[in-house]
Amino acid sequence: MTTPTTPSTPTTPMTLTTGTSPAEQTPPAARRPARPVRRDRPGRRATVLSHTALSIASLIALFPIAWLAFLSLGPDKSDYLHPGRIWSKISFANYSFVLEHTRFFTWLGNTALIAVATSVIGVFMAATAGYAVSRMRFPGHKKLMWLLLVTQMFPVAVLMVPMYVILADLGLIDTFGALILVYCSTAVPYCAWMLKGYFDTIPYEIDEAGRVDGLSPFGTFWRLILPLARPGLAVAGFYTCLTAWGEVAFASTFMLDDSKYTLAVGLSSFVSEHDAQWNYMAATAVLIAIPVSVIFYLVQKHLVTGLTAGGTKG
Amino acid sequence: MTVAVAGAGPKRRGPAQRFKQSWQKHWYAYAMAAPVVVVLGVLVGYPLVQGLYLTLTDANSLNSARTIGVNHIAATYKFIGLHNYADILWGPTAWDRFWSHFLWTVVWTAACVALHYCIGLGLALLLNQKLRGRTFYRMLLILPWAVPTFVTVFSWRIMLGDSGIVNSVLGSLHLPQPAWLEEPHFQQLAAIIVNTWCGVPFMMVSLLGGLQSISADLYEAAEMDGAGPWQRFLNVTLPGLRSVSSTVVLLGIIWTFNQFAIIFLLFGNGAPDAQILVTWAYRLGFGQQPRDYAQSAAYGVLLLSILIVFTSFYRRWLARSEKANS
Repeated sequence: MTTPTTPSTPTTPMTLTTGTSPAEQTPPAARRPARPVRRDRPGRRATVLSHTALSIASLIALFPIAWLAFLSLGPDKSDYLHPGRIWSKISFANYSFVLEHTRFFTWLGNTALIAVATSVIGVFMAATAGYAVSRMRFPGHKKLMWLLLVTQMFPVAVLMVPMYVILADLGLIDTFGALILVYCSTAVPYCAWMLKGYFDTIPYEIDEAGRVDGLSPFGTFWRLILPLARPGLAVAGFYTCLTAWGEVAFASTFMLDDSKYTLAVGLSSFVSEHDAQWNYMAATAVLIAIPVSVIFYLVQKHLVTGLTAGGTKG
Repeated sequence: MTVAVAGAGPKRRGPAQRFKQSWQKHWYAYAMAAPVVVVLGVLVGYPLVQGLYLTLTDANSLNSARTIGVNHIAATYKFIGLHNYADILWGPTAWDRFWSHFLWTVVWTAACVALHYCIGLGLALLLNQKLRGRTFYRMLLILPWAVPTFVTVFSWRIMLGDSGIVNSVLGSLHLPQPAWLEEPHFQQLAAIIVNTWCGVPFMMVSLLGGLQSISADLYEAAEMDGAGPWQRFLNVTLPGLRSVSSTVVLLGIIWTFNQFAIIFLLFGNGAPDAQILVTWAYRLGFGQQPRDYAQSAAYGVLLLSILIVFTSFYRRWLARSEKANS
């Protein structure tokens, strides 16, 4: 990097020198008590650099999705091989085909049903446990936390085989109940973990005040803490929804009939070994991505607070 | 598994006195934790025990209980002890079946998490400045997380394919055009690229939250003491991010280690060299005929053991480094 002619503050972490060399720094005695350099006002060069880096990163983040949207406008099966030709024949034919002639809405309904059921059950089950672990030092609470964390580590492969065998015995293969049960096994501990983090950010004085006013522990939880934790509950629910929404392994193994597919499985069914209908696939993908992204942006601010607890004590 | 006793109330005798006291003091805590414990016991504990038992048998889809038409065929698999584990770890061709995938899984996890963390931290630092259009950048940068993985992976498949845009661009720059989805090493590289693209936003948002929680006074103080930007980063930013970092890195490692969807959707049933242990185990259990349930479950148990051992070491290491720093 060349040193700039105008003495700008080197705020970029790219200058790997420890501090500035004495030559560049006027000794403090000789300096007028000027405005101290504000950390959050980067110099002009640094700003340009930041903008460049962020623009490139944004472009990389956006491109695959934009490209898919562009390809979905080419009406023929082989258009994705010659993207240049799409410009001259842009049409929404793929979209009308997907909406009218495939089971798109069935899959959407299935996915929504499974995702919502999983989140509701997950959050309800998890809320009390999260609160207990967050507030009460009962014997075994450390073990319980550890247990919740360990269930996050279960690889697909551990439970898949036994669950398949058990569900087959129960005659539940190819039913929504099977997937909801399976997803709950990850969602419940995950939500509990997340909600514990959220409860930790609610000051303990509130509980104490409740207890002083004569509420039972349940009363405190129900009347004081739950209303306060509403955003946390929403986030945990949403997170579970997302996970269930995008799960592939169990969904493609436990659902056999194409009227029972979730969107993830349905989407892959367009691109099988014998027939690659990339154009329909792309259109369906765009149709899925738009609503999900919109909802995601509405709640993304709160998404991380639960996971990395204690970061946002307002 | 230790199950917090919820149903067995004061009726229980045993180490009675102590238990009774603790029960009277904490009964509501147990009551609140009970639903989760019960759910986990039924949904996770029971299948896990079943799975452990399966690994000790030679179960596959040919000898398990199944129904063909109206005939119900009873299971005929038998108990074979630890044979499956021995076979996986040091049987013939164990290197091709287990160790090579294990090695690749470790490389994959380390590479992905390191990339996730470094890129995520860099972007978080950039977004943490007072810039015009910050919100706009953030919205764009979160996209890979907002759009479901199963959608974006297909997009990457088109882009990395034979006549995909990636190779067109490389070709127009007169660079070599690798067969991303066919050659083993490029398959692995492609998997890492796609997973990095998918995983950075989560790290970025988490670390941004962490950065915003570091109080500005610390920076002011550091500046007063004459610390340059690099020193401020080393001595204020990184320690301030420690708790967030340790959480997201652990989560990242667990998720990447178990990352199923990306590899499964990117390569389907091909690419034996790019399969990490999870997808490999899935293939044994469900992607072939006859389905080898026992081996697949054994792989699963091995995977889980690796993760549990790793996590306990990780936590111990964290505790020790925290002691050293306080």
